[in-house]
Amino acid sequence: MVTVTLWGSLAELAEGQRSVEVEATNLRELLQALELAHPALEPQLARGVSVSIDGKIYNDSWFQPISETSEVVLLNRLEGG
Amino acid sequence: MAKDEFQTREFKVVGTRVPRPDGLDKVTGRARYGADMSAPGMLHGYCLRSPHAHARIVSIDTSAAEAMSGVKAVVTRADFTVTPEDQGTRDILDNVMADKKALYDGHTVAAVAATSRSAGMKALKAIKVEYEVLPHVIDVDEAMKPGAPELHEGRSQESVPEGYSQNVLARSQYGHGDIDAGFAKADVIIERSFTTAATHQGYIEPHACLATMGNDNQGDLFCCTQGHFLVRSTCAEIMGMESGRLRVTSSEIGGGFGGKTTVFLEPVALMLSKKSGKPVKMTMSRDEVLRASGPTASTSIDIKIGATKDGRITGAWGDFRYQSGAFYAMNGALGAMCGFAPYDLENLKTVGWEVVTNRPKAAAYRAPGAPMAAFAVESVMDELASSIGMDPIDFRLMNGAEEGTKSAYGPTYPAIGLKATLEAAKAHPHWSAPLGENQGRGVGCGFWFNFGGNTSVSLMINPDGTVSLSEGNPDIGGSRASMSMMAAEELGIPYRQVRTIIADTASLGENDVTDGSRVTFAVGLATIKAARHAIETMKARAAKTWGIDADAVEWVDGAAQPAGPNAGKFPPLTLKEIAATMSNTGGPISGHHEANAEGAGVSFGTHICDTEVDPETGAVKILRYTVFQDAGKAVHPDYVEGQLQGGAVQGIGWALNEEYVYGEDGTLQNPGFLDYRIPVASDLPMIEPVILEIPNPGHPYGVRGVGETGIVPPLATIANAVSRAADVRMTSLPMSPPKLLAAIKAK
Amino acid sequence: MSRIHVNTTVNGDAVDYLCEAEDTLLDVLRDTLDLTGSKEGCASGDCGACSVLVDGRLVCSCLVLGAEAEGRTVETIEGMAEGDTLHPLQKNFINKAALQCGICTPGILVAAKNLLEKNPDPSEEEVRYWLAGNLCRCTGYDKIIRAVLDTAAEMRGAA
Repeated sequence: MVTVTLWGSLAELAEGQRSVEVEATNLRELLQALELAHPALEPQLARGVSVSIDGKIYNDSWFQPISETSEVVLLNRLEGG
Repeated sequence: MAKDEFQTREFKVVGTRVPRPDGLDKVTGRARYGADMSAPGMLHGYCLRSPHAHARIVSIDTSAAEAMSGVKAVVTRADFTVTPEDQGTRDILDNVMADKKALYDGHTVAAVAATSRSAGMKALKAIKVEYEVLPHVIDVDEAMKPGAPELHEGRSQESVPEGYSQNVLARSQYGHGDIDAGFAKADVIIERSFTTAATHQGYIEPHACLATMGNDNQGDLFCCTQGHFLVRSTCAEIMGMESGRLRVTSSEIGGGFGGKTTVFLEPVALMLSKKSGKPVKMTMSRDEVLRASGPTASTSIDIKIGATKDGRITGAWGDFRYQSGAFYAMNGALGAMCGFAPYDLENLKTVGWEVVTNRPKAAAYRAPGAPMAAFAVESVMDELASSIGMDPIDFRLMNGAEEGTKSAYGPTYPAIGLKATLEAAKAHPHWSAPLGENQGRGVGCGFWFNFGGNTSVSLMINPDGTVSLSEGNPDIGGSRASMSMMAAEELGIPYRQVRTIIADTASLGENDVTDGSRVTFAVGLATIKAARHAIETMKARAAKTWGIDADAVEWVDGAAQPAGPNAGKFPPLTLKEIAATMSNTGGPISGHHEANAEGAGVSFGTHICDTEVDPETGAVKILRYTVFQDAGKAVHPDYVEGQLQGGAVQGIGWALNEEYVYGEDGTLQNPGFLDYRIPVASDLPMIEPVILEIPNPGHPYGVRGVGETGIVPPLATIANAVSRAADVRMTSLPMSPPKLLAAIKAK
Repeated sequence: MSRIHVNTTVNGDAVDYLCEAEDTLLDVLRDTLDLTGSKEGCASGDCGACSVLVDGRLVCSCLVLGAEAEGRTVETIEGMAEGDTLHPLQKNFINKAALQCGICTPGILVAAKNLLEKNPDPSEEEVRYWLAGNLCRCTGYDKIIRAVLDTAAEMRGAA
């Protein structure tokens, strides 16, 4: 199981849990599992999120590996200037 | 993956200060920017813009304009019959051509294409628009209140609590720990409210484009943009065409800073061209640039920080309310994520709000959302340091984030360079230089994420041994030079042997926009990998020529050579020699790299500034300014310095002068460079850049993006310097002379 | 509406053109004579990107009417280099990285050349005030000021 940390206002939609556990070995599986386990997250997941995996930020890379010891943090989808 | 990683090496080209390939064109006036292109039979396109901040468009009568001599097409929203699937693109369409309502002063409601400017101007006057003027709202705090005039319906996200106006589109909360417990442990707590005005990126080149579109639904677009691939996909979606049928070529770009990461004129020009059957050129006036293209958010921010007497922060809280103009933009959340990012905090809570108002849609401006948050947080940090009698750099060092710190936005930091910039600032002679009367010194830190993203690069070995490199990111500050340098470094050939160009959308795979400080990092990485790909082919050609195994060949100093004595004894084959025989050894040689380069490392900077305040007038003079930032590895140090200097000076303008001023009627009062005053040469001292080079472990040369972080610390740094010089805490930007004078008098 | 016939000299060559009464010199240079090196950043004389010399005087060409060029001499960025020999300012702007996006560069070069003709040994402050009418948003002016000062020193040395 991978532990995923949610940002505060997202946690409110996941029954107030700041971290949730899902079964996933990569980013795509992680996002799919999150949506399945917590349907209330769907609107935000559809709008897009960034995911920090061990301190590095990913937006799209489905096959980025995630291990059980990875630190996974969901973030608002980031954009730059 | 191992090849992505940083390896220590001796650089021959990278790190030198070579002349840029586009230099000659730019000093002779030949470089072609957005407005410099023409086409035979071209028409000139002009926009009719709303004079009202908020109005229902009751009717538009274009018949008189259409009947005029020289007028070839008139378009309104009725011509845009496709509804884009994506909400963001729908917003862009609503922004470039108003739908049922004009949402801000300057919002386009119709456009014409005519054979001359005078014909176009007359046609604009002949379009009759009936407006029903609606109440408007400009201020972020006003816009949040229930009962405020509302721009949209049903757009608030699920994160917005009850009791707010529908103008509040989103709320994001970050942080960790227990702030109440944290504040309970504090000896000193400081709580302040701050405001910052909207500012404009202020690029000197107004938006411009030349569009050609036929009834075969095929088009060409030449435009100034930070990302022509994004222009292609956005315009194609709005026009209801397949993006492969639209070719977009980026012009030289006269500044962008984030403001050219979207479209304004392009879909309108394409529609005018489609309707008239002729090429249409459109260029914004400065008035249009300021009224209708992307300014920053204005903000209202509350910050509370508590610390023990010996300087340890026990709790921190921030509420970041950002208005993003008439449409959704994620800025408040970025403020909530970035403001406290330089610090190691046990107990933190931040909330970011996205609010719409009757102003132009906010666009990115370097590190979007971060400078205002840093202004507020770093101001309170400064006051806290003073109140407990600590040196402001020591206070930041004591609480500074480092490897292993849980960041303000959640993740744990890998190795980062914040403390290195603080130590460098502390050790710099600027920090200990004496100050005179009415003078004050400020320090501030800043954070930005930095991005990578989709990148596609082609590197061609030409038969004469020169190298052509095609990249897909508009060169906004010398990146063609940096890419040529990295290719030359990797190939082991002189810099002059490589020429880099920006290819159009039909010539390369998808490339993300030039934003997020991504280009030197991500396009550089792709360039290095494309060069390595070409080297593999050249090694194979040499192996074939020698009749040995390709594994037995290595690439050293621009030539293939046998790898050790067992491989055989052959004199090295240079790149030039291999290129000369390419048609004999298997045909053309090129290298490619296509990837989504995610996982760029974060960036920190520290600035120091000395100011002198005139107590009689409230005028501020910047006496000395020093920037400390980690570049990982400065590929072309001149252009890294230029990014740091330019970011600092934009910050100086933001801190001291620049602001969008609205009248009672919600119209912009200062849409010109006379009244919207950006820093001029005589306002400024030299800006000293101090580049730190702490290699980015995720890039082969250790490169880190540098484009955005430089604008994050200045607002706070200058506010801290001014507050110390005037002995009064300044909490509202810009610190213009009347505002500062009033604060001094109220002391 | 009849157009105005203008005879003038641009970058040393006799030129004539027809313009409308309201056309600025900048419009004529860019749209009629195809000299697009002068840029329109504001059309109100605030940014200096359209700087040219008219009878040796530094002006914003957006504030001069095309018709006013009658009988005068106009010098633009396109006339700054002699053939393939760059003016020392042009050379130093490239070598000292005094430009980023380059949109303000033509105007700044025209203005700086005019300064050095009047004052071969300007102080930093004099350069900063002379160029105060030329906005640059990329560089923070640092490398521009240095390039002008270095060029002045170089030209004094060569003289």
